[in-house]
Amino acid sequence: MADQARFAELAMEHMSSLYSAALRMTRNPADAEDLVQETYLKAYRGFGGFEEGTNLKAWLYRILTNTYINSYRAKQRRPDETDLDDVEDLFLYNRLGGLEAARASRSAEDELMDLFSEAEVKAAVEELPEAYRMAVLLADVEGFAYKEIAEILDIPIGTVMSRLHRGRKALEKLLYEFALSRRLTEPQPDLAT
Amino acid sequence: MADDTTPLQPQCEDALHEIYHLLSGELDDGKRAQIAEHLDRCSPCAEPYDFYAELRRTLQERCRDTAPPSLLARIEDAIQHEPH
Repeated sequence: MADQARFAELAMEHMSSLYSAALRMTRNPADAEDLVQETYLKAYRGFGGFEEGTNLKAWLYRILTNTYINSYRAKQRRPDETDLDDVEDLFLYNRLGGLEAARASRSAEDELMDLFSEAEVKAAVEELPEAYRMAVLLADVEGFAYKEIAEILDIPIGTVMSRLHRGRKALEKLLYEFALSRRLTEPQPDLAT
Repeated sequence: MADDTTPLQPQCEDALHEIYHLLSGELDDGKRAQIAEHLDRCSPCAEPYDFYAELRRTLQERCRDTAPPSLLARIEDAIQHEPH
C-alpha cells in the first residue's frame, strides 16, 4: 500500500507528458488514453524493480514506447522511403529565415511560433514516418539525451543519431510544405540542390 | 557563414553542422564553448542558430496536451484494483 502511494507521488506528475507523446504516437485520443493507462499499470506492476534515483521519466517512456510498439502500432511499416535527398542542412532556415526578418514589426522571439499553428506543428510531427517520429519526439519535444533515447528505444546511439538526422530533415520539409500551402512564402526551387 | 559571396569558413561550417546537437545539449564543454565563441563573433551563423532554437521551443510548446482528468481517475481506479 505504501508502495502504491509512493508510485502515485512519483509517477503521476508525468501523465500529461506521456499523454502528449501517446497522442503523437497513436494520433487518436481514445488510443492515447488506453496506452497511457496500460503504461501506468505496467509501471506499477514493475515498480518493485524500479530503483529510486534512476530516471523515472525515461523508464516510463520506455514502457510507453514498448507498449505502443507491441500493441498499438497498426502494422510494421517499412522504414520509410521518404525522399530527403533534396533537403539540405538549414533547409527551413534557408526558406523561412528571411521571412522572419521581413516581418520586423513582430518580436523575433515569437515569429516562428506565430507562423505555425498548434494543429500544424502537431500534424507535422504526426506525419513523420514512425521510426523518425519516435526519435524526434523524444529528443526535440521531450528533451531526452541521445543516450537516454538509445535506452528507451533499445537501439544503438548511432541509430538514434541517424534517425534524428533524417527525422529532423523530414520535419523541416513538412513544416515548409505547411508554410507553402498557407502561402506564407513563395516556393524557392532555386535553393534545392 | 560570412556572406553570400565568400565561401564558408571552416569554423562556420563546423558551427552550422552542430546546431541541432548543440541545442540538444549533446556537445562536450570544450566544443560547446568553441561554438558559442564563434557565434558571438559571427552573426550570420548566430542567425540560423537562433532560428533553430526557436523551432525547438515552438515544437515543445505546440506539442503539449493536457491529459483529461478522467484519465487520472481511470488509472487510479485500475491501480486500486491491482493485487497488492
